[in-house]
Amino acid sequence: MSANKGLNLTLKVWRQKNQDDKGQMETYQVKDISTDSSFLEMMDILNEQLIAEDKEPVAFDHDCREGICGMCSMYINGEAHGPGRGITTCQLHMREFNDGDTIYIEPWRAKAFPVIKDLVVDRGAFDRIMAAGGFVSVNTSGNTQDANAIPIEKANADKAFDAATCIGCGACVASCKNASAMLFVSAKVSQFALLPQGQVEAAERVQNMVKVMDEEGFGNCSNTGACEVECPKGISLENIARMNREYLSASFKSEEV
Amino acid sequence: MTKLDAKIPEGPIAEKWTKHKNNIRLVNPANKRLIDVIVVGTGLAGGSAAATLAELGYNVKAFCYQDSPRRAHSIAAQGGINAAKNYQGDGDSTYRLFYDTVKGGDYRSREANVYRLAEVSANIIDQCVAQGVPFARDYGGLLDNRSFGGVQVSRTFYAKGQTGQQLLLGCYSAMSRQIGKGKIKMYNRHEMLDLVIVNGKARGIIARNLVTGEIERHSAHAVVIASGGYGNVFFLSTNAMGSNASAAWKIHKKGAFFANPCYTQIHPTCIPQHGDQQSKLTLMSESLRNDGRIWVPKKKEDAEAIRAGKLKPTQIAEEDRDYYLERRYPSFGNLVPRDVASRAAKERCDAGYGVGTNETGEAVYLDFSSAIMRYGQETANVKGYHNASQEEIRKLGEEVVEKKYGNLFQMYEKITADNPYKTPMKIYPAVHYTMGGIWVDYNLMTTIEGCYAVGEANFSDHGANRLGASALMQGLADGYFVLPYTIGDYLADDIRTGAISTDLPEFEEAENAVRERIDFFLNNKGSKSVDHFHKRLGKVMWNKVGMARNAQGLKEAIEEIKQIREEFWKDVRVPGSGDGMNLELEKAGRVADFLELGELFARDGLLREESCGGHYREEHSTEEGEAERDDANFTHVSAWEYKGEPSDAVLHQEALKYENIELKTRSYK
Repeated sequence: MSANKGLNLTLKVWRQKNQDDKGQMETYQVKDISTDSSFLEMMDILNEQLIAEDKEPVAFDHDCREGICGMCSMYINGEAHGPGRGITTCQLHMREFNDGDTIYIEPWRAKAFPVIKDLVVDRGAFDRIMAAGGFVSVNTSGNTQDANAIPIEKANADKAFDAATCIGCGACVASCKNASAMLFVSAKVSQFALLPQGQVEAAERVQNMVKVMDEEGFGNCSNTGACEVECPKGISLENIARMNREYLSASFKSEEV
Repeated sequence: MTKLDAKIPEGPIAEKWTKHKNNIRLVNPANKRLIDVIVVGTGLAGGSAAATLAELGYNVKAFCYQDSPRRAHSIAAQGGINAAKNYQGDGDSTYRLFYDTVKGGDYRSREANVYRLAEVSANIIDQCVAQGVPFARDYGGLLDNRSFGGVQVSRTFYAKGQTGQQLLLGCYSAMSRQIGKGKIKMYNRHEMLDLVIVNGKARGIIARNLVTGEIERHSAHAVVIASGGYGNVFFLSTNAMGSNASAAWKIHKKGAFFANPCYTQIHPTCIPQHGDQQSKLTLMSESLRNDGRIWVPKKKEDAEAIRAGKLKPTQIAEEDRDYYLERRYPSFGNLVPRDVASRAAKERCDAGYGVGTNETGEAVYLDFSSAIMRYGQETANVKGYHNASQEEIRKLGEEVVEKKYGNLFQMYEKITADNPYKTPMKIYPAVHYTMGGIWVDYNLMTTIEGCYAVGEANFSDHGANRLGASALMQGLADGYFVLPYTIGDYLADDIRTGAISTDLPEFEEAENAVRERIDFFLNNKGSKSVDHFHKRLGKVMWNKVGMARNAQGLKEAIEEIKQIREEFWKDVRVPGSGDGMNLELEKAGRVADFLELGELFARDGLLREESCGGHYREEHSTEEGEAERDDANFTHVSAWEYKGEPSDAVLHQEALKYENIELKTRSYK
């Protein structure tokens, strides 16, 4: 594999004490970073260095470090989750960088995602959209029908699964020039719209979720498609088209009543 | 000698749960509105419990340290969830799932709990499908299954390699519905720092708001701990970085017994460690062993050449490969249980056949080439390509494998920069799951009244070794179908209690203790970071309390951990302040608890003079290197009572009775 020559890097990192602080970029040097290290391991090394210098380490969100929890959220060199496609920040490895590089590291930038500290943002808006309709209203009693009672066409089951793989990281919002959350919301709407279990309350769901999405201050979708490009899970724009159809048909339905 | 009463209901095993449910007290819907329940942790167990309790009518307060309940580490479970549905008609049944789980756990779990788990397993699948969880389906539109280790049926339901994600998002949806209704009050970015006990009953917690730094008092009529396992005591594990044992350890210190801490699962198929700066290990799902074959070179010189980078695995002829699991365990082959597979990998590497090109040299191959060719040929037959070339067949086969395991292969490639479709994966065992945990009775109540533990946080169902795809099953069984019933029996006494005041002196006392500890960390001004101590602890744990243990090593570990703990308290440096987000402060508290837990862990391993499941004592093994149990002396649960230092902890035993399954030497040959 790679000859393990360590990288020396200049990091420009967004530092912000709290939500009220204005914040600014700070410059740090890190040395001899293994190309096999992940990006977050490089950040760990920076933090160990800062602690040794009696400075406050950089706060950033991370947890599973295997690309599935959706917690990590860095805007690296102008891209959500950095260079590379189909990955989260924690799956980004230092072999993507060259010795002597300068790397810019910022938090997600969106009105609906206020910065809490340094690179940590508040994505509570996503939870509130989910609470407005991101579910099937079935009780968890276990007294439902047998799981195989309704066959589901494999193609639809697969598409529902693809939509359901969204990890709610917010890269779509961060990448969008309008900070729109359409990709996130449409993924959940699509998952349920494609399954018989979700179709029962599909109309109400899409209306409620879109309403909260707008209230939370996310922008509109202008079909640029940056979200799809930066999405670590490859959630397709098709979902947005499907949500628009669902929304339109829901508005017809509600007028009929 | 013991105060332990498991409260297992009378009667034949198949009727215990039904009878118990019929006999326990209920709380009527109007009265449920008068009762508050705290749930700590929002993974499969906590999330499902919170949703169900809220749905039943209780006022639930749920806590998680992450920024959303959807991020709990259940999300990372890959392979699948077991259920005795027998959709494949391959002879599965509740009894078989029960039997496989008890046997897989090396006869160290409680029969009645395991039977109940097998019994409710089928409901879980029904429930999840009703919630819109998109499980894998076949072309007829019905649910698909795969096989997991330690069993000879196909009972594992899955959603590609993201089953945990889909199940957790199902739970999160159910929670979201209740959050929207106001029945769950969700506390994101909050960490429980102590349990509050009033008149012998769990009545609340002290939590820190991780954003503002505020210390908060929260009261309730019962407290449910669903905070997961303690695998991160090893520093490097497949757990999430934030996964910690603190909630469980706090209740242990307040009176909850800690059971079988030495039962830890080392998962055989993880991506090997690359170096000293590594922060965590990544699992490659056990489902891969359905199709992947595990091997090392037969010749030592080949292994050496590979380690030196002079030879590639694809250059090694078929007859020069040692498929050691197929050789040693012909009837289960690559699908032996995890503990067996892990030890076998270690045995080969220790003997000099490892193929790691990293610093440690420890790795074995997980090879998909025969599966790719087999699937390719099958697809070619189906499509009528009678003259397909080897290259075309390989391509068709790769497409099939991509559909089954695509995300796992992608994950592997991202981390290692190797393409597993073309060259075998390199894997090595890593800490993954802890079977030990808080002792609970049949009702999932701990030894503290009104304090419950569910999911990986408790010890109950997996004995000394958990079978693959059973963690998701247990988490959801506890949270959806067991706890919501059993907790009612306890809460029936509380319908006239009224809200618990947080002004009680017990709250004040607990809060003061929490504040004191935080102040200590912030003012200690030592010279070394929290991670420094955590890494040292992890090394001791892995080297002396890891895959193979012996008395000498365990004794050394106990002394070394004590030493590290002393140094930690003297010399730890926590920068920043307590008001506002301070990630180092969070870590400091967690590592302080790991430093106590680690010692108890080693002590438990030292006292258990036998090998069983994940606990392998070198002194207790056969000549062939198989584990040797001592049923006469160790057919019991070891439950530890806190008395100050870990060395003062008092051991209690719960005898395990096997009335439905005969105790046998586990064999997968």
